[in-house]
Amino acid sequence: MSDAHPIAIRLRGVTKTFGKGESAVPALRGIDLDVPAGELTMLVGPSGCGKTTLISILAGLLSRDGGECTVFGQDLGALRRDRLSAWRRDNVGFIFQQFNLVPQLSVAENVSVPLVLKGESVAASVRKANELLATLGLEGRGKGAPLKLSGGQQQRVAIARALIHDPRLLVCDEPTSALDAELGRRVMNLIKDRSRRADRAVLVVTHDDRIFHLADSIAHVDDGRIDRIERGHQHAAPKELRP
Amino acid sequence: MLRFAIKMLFGDSAKFYGILLGLGFASLLIAQQASIFVGLMSRTFAFIGEVGHVDLWVFDPTQSYVDEPKPLRATALERVRGVTGVEWAAPLYKGLLVATLPDGSRQVCDVIGIDDDTLAGGPAEIVAGSLADLRLPDAVMVEVGSSQQQLRFPAELPPGAVPAPGQMLDPKGPKRPVEIGDIIELNERRARVVGLVKCSETFVAAPTVYTVYSRAITYAPPARRVMSSVLVKAVDGQDTDALAERISRETGLSALRPNDYSMRTLGYWMRETGIPINFGIAIALGFFVGVAIAGQMFYNFTLDNLRYFGAFKAMGASTPRLLGMVALQALVAGVLGLGLGLGAVSAFGLNAAGGKLAFKMLWQIPLIAAGAVLVICILASVISMWKVIRLDPADVFKGP
Ligand SMILES: Nc1ncnc2c1ncn2[C@@H]1O[C@H](COP(=O)(O)OP(=O)(O)OP(=O)(O)O)[C@@H](O)[C@H]1O
Ligand SMILES: [Mg+2]
Repeated sequence: MSDAHPIAIRLRGVTKTFGKGESAVPALRGIDLDVPAGELTMLVGPSGCGKTTLISILAGLLSRDGGECTVFGQDLGALRRDRLSAWRRDNVGFIFQQFNLVPQLSVAENVSVPLVLKGESVAASVRKANELLATLGLEGRGKGAPLKLSGGQQQRVAIARALIHDPRLLVCDEPTSALDAELGRRVMNLIKDRSRRADRAVLVVTHDDRIFHLADSIAHVDDGRIDRIERGHQHAAPKELRP
Repeated sequence: MLRFAIKMLFGDSAKFYGILLGLGFASLLIAQQASIFVGLMSRTFAFIGEVGHVDLWVFDPTQSYVDEPKPLRATALERVRGVTGVEWAAPLYKGLLVATLPDGSRQVCDVIGIDDDTLAGGPAEIVAGSLADLRLPDAVMVEVGSSQQQLRFPAELPPGAVPAPGQMLDPKGPKRPVEIGDIIELNERRARVVGLVKCSETFVAAPTVYTVYSRAITYAPPARRVMSSVLVKAVDGQDTDALAERISRETGLSALRPNDYSMRTLGYWMRETGIPINFGIAIALGFFVGVAIAGQMFYNFTLDNLRYFGAFKAMGASTPRLLGMVALQALVAGVLGLGLGLGAVSAFGLNAAGGKLAFKMLWQIPLIAAGAVLVICILASVISMWKVIRLDPADVFKGP
């Protein structure tokens, strides 16, 4: 790891095996990885190499079998299940490959869910959701049904939902695979914007080589291990990190 | 999130209406069948209530329901009158007799003979005429009510008229309701209608005919010229239970308060007939239809939403919070479905009121229906909740 960026996520010797005995599938065989804060990190690798398993563990969705996993100073293994759920609510934004927008709720209501989960009133949350939607080019769409939107618009709604509570960690699994090149680029730029702060980190799992150039670093995963880490194009350090 | 839970429920209109229909249908079936059952069963002892306020009914100990012909000996009346604590005792005749109408058609009637002196045990509601007219020669008062339960006369015969000798009346011709002055034959003996009465519907759907005891005995065939029961009024301040005891001991007959006599009659019909089983089956069917339709629909509804619940779980919604959402959805569906069903039953009941359909919605019946719907909703939501509990938040990254 280069640069002076502080470490947002620290993984040491993380292992995970699914199943037991004969049918056991070792998905992670000892992952060492430091994700710097203020950056966009991509995880790439062949299908089945363990990318989804890895981000599930560091987002607090899945427990690891062995090793260490610290996210923004918090050892996830030390949290009980209910605390972990509250930790996710307060710290993580998710962007799924399937957008998972609830069809019976309006666009703005879908976006407001993380705030409502944090205890904010529905009215206030929906108002904030509409403001955020406007900045994502979805002005006036808040009241509509999510299924009436195009795929690209739905993904932007999903992104708004991931960002509305201003999470420190944003994890995305194949966020652009359902989008065309142009939309994918726009969506990634939105996501990248969010990483530019010292107390933020963005992790993106992707197969999509059209967006590789947006990464600050790319971690290549192979068969449950980090194969190599590639630093992306050098960029100016975010403002607050400059000496 | 609870508000969103409701929106999710209402938003899936196909499933929502399916659930409502299932629950509505179940509560409809349960409440309606239960009400008809109660209505039908309360007719078995309706006559006891019709007789009104007496303190005790005295009857043959082997008689198990009010309509069962178990005659008392002629001496029974005097013996009951002889018991201390009895203010008065009146004989009662009750039996089915055949009435012949002027056109020759026949109709079974439920003939009630009440005490000549006191007229105790008379009809509760007199529509026309006066009870005292029963003391006139050949006088009877007949029931008017639903067409099934009333005597129908040929329309061509004016009220009070008798057919001219040789005049033939068509038994299938147009009819009119019975009127004061009309003449019928009871067991080949002349009876003149002096009044019209209204009676509550009884189990035996035959028109009721009131007359005095002495005349009722003459109408009855010789083998049946007997007293059915004795009505007793206790002297003021007399404890009824103690009096009943004394009557039983001194006469060897049974004596019960009207309420207990009603329950004895009801008990017979409950025990000895297939009616409770039949209705029980219908009610159980309603319950299982509810479970099958609404329960399954609700479960499917949860399954459809499982991926969203999974996403909520990943986003940090606690399991109890999600279970609260499922519980609220079940509760709302349950309350609305129950309301729908009970509303339909009440409309049905209002429609049936006063008709010949037995329908009596006791206050317990909506509670029973509500209990059944609650059980259905709990069954459905518990299985659904199990799915939500088992939900692995890491699955959100899995394909569809
Ligand atoms: N819940 C599970 N139960 C059993 N095996 C699993 C489970 N989840 C993942 N695996 C296995 O673990 C390995 C890693 O899976 P993972 O989903 O992390 O791969 P991936 O790199 O995300 O693949 P893809 O690019 O296809 O999404 C695979 O062999 C997969 O079959
Ligand atoms: Mg994957």
